[in-house]
Amino acid sequence: MRPAALLLRLGEISGELAQDRETPRATQSLQRRAALLASPQEQLRLLRAVLLHTEFDALAGSALKPAPLEIFQVNLGKLCNMTCRHCHVDAGPDRTDEMMDDATLDLVVDAIRRTGAHTVDITGGAPELHPSFRKLVQAAVDAGKQVMDRCNLTVLLLPRNAGLADWLAERNVEIVASLPHWRRPNTDAQRGDGAFERSIRALRLLNAAGYGKGDPGRRLTLVSNPAGAFLGASQASVEREWREGLQRNFGVTFNRLFVLNNMPIARFLEWLQASGNLESYMQRLVNAYNPAAIAGLMCRNTLSVGWDGRLYDCDFNQMLELEIDLPESGRKGGPHIRDFEEGSWMRRRIVTARHCFGCTAGAGSSCGGQTA
Amino acid sequence: METYYKSQHLADFPKISESSPELGKKFFDYYGAVFADGALTAREKSLIALAVAHAVQCPYCIDAYTQDCQQKGADLEQMTEAVHVAVAIRGGSSLVHGLQMREHAKKLGM
Repeated sequence: MRPAALLLRLGEISGELAQDRETPRATQSLQRRAALLASPQEQLRLLRAVLLHTEFDALAGSALKPAPLEIFQVNLGKLCNMTCRHCHVDAGPDRTDEMMDDATLDLVVDAIRRTGAHTVDITGGAPELHPSFRKLVQAAVDAGKQVMDRCNLTVLLLPRNAGLADWLAERNVEIVASLPHWRRPNTDAQRGDGAFERSIRALRLLNAAGYGKGDPGRRLTLVSNPAGAFLGASQASVEREWREGLQRNFGVTFNRLFVLNNMPIARFLEWLQASGNLESYMQRLVNAYNPAAIAGLMCRNTLSVGWDGRLYDCDFNQMLELEIDLPESGRKGGPHIRDFEEGSWMRRRIVTARHCFGCTAGAGSSCGGQTA
Repeated sequence: METYYKSQHLADFPKISESSPELGKKFFDYYGAVFADGALTAREKSLIALAVAHAVQCPYCIDAYTQDCQQKGADLEQMTEAVHVAVAIRGGSSLVHGLQMREHAKKLGM
């Protein structure tokens, strides 16, 4: 698709989202509100200003080393039908400017065909809103990769996505679905009133498509995160409660539960500041620093590709525009997927800042759940 | 002491061991073991602790177990129900003593 055609399709989609009165919206994007914290530089400045007794590199620096590439993560853009309060992407229905074009998508597909990574992890925004979402999924499946769709659940109920759950199931795509909690109060508090009810409808749709029923080809992973300025619960400890609670109350089943910490980035950072929790939350993360969480961190074995083809160590660094630090990266415009080469990637220095304390606190937190 | 309660005492709780290290260690080891996942989950134990904290009206425990319950995935509805359990038992224990009162009254009265 040419950029002009992409613009046309995005115009259609954003028109549909503007008409959508069903999807709950908890807030508006920082960008839409022209908030100061829409700028990644302002976010980093605010984080640097917090009084902490140590820095991330002082604790983790030498222990954090690249590991062989396993996960090829593609962020298709910031467009989303929802506007959750904790979103680290600052995604929303207004974010049509940052969407991957087809020239970049072709470069991504080339790199997927070349990479030794076993998994292609597709995220956003709501990646399912991207006009070329199915094209990317198909290309990754054809390349023999395991594919993960990071799904907000409610997007599956939009008319344009009718039949998508079955389409993904036929291709054995794993659904990694955000659900803050298996009960309504904390889910709606974070994602907007009515989000829980729509999430349950989407989960039933996925169960009906064969997801979460024990078939390893139709894996349904739920991703929970705290509704507030505290750390995530122990994954092992709460998984049984979730399983029983969802089954008994809603007849919903799933395969596994990830529990993540909230990252002090974008809208969650704004909320921390506005609610007077920023300093105590950052100190809580630092005090809960767990060296055992380092080995499983996603930045070690994941390549994160942005909507414009730029490369990062993780999706959080991507949102803060902290680009990957490759040994040979002198190219103008920063390291790009067109130049991606795994050997040089293995020799990178992982880029860190204070937000990284979010991934090493407590039981650890990564795209694959807890790490320690 | 200017005030009887100081929030810093919560963070300083381990210092109680300084005056009696052996007993302190035994207490905190036991405490940690009590709250681990067992026949009850850590979350269920945290909700019980929150209810007991209200029954004994301990501000340190209310502070600590509000946060602990939230962190273990309990929401405000569940935590409020736990407090009502404490309230019901406290109120019920007062009221059931009314039967003692009735026995005394009946014995003394005509």
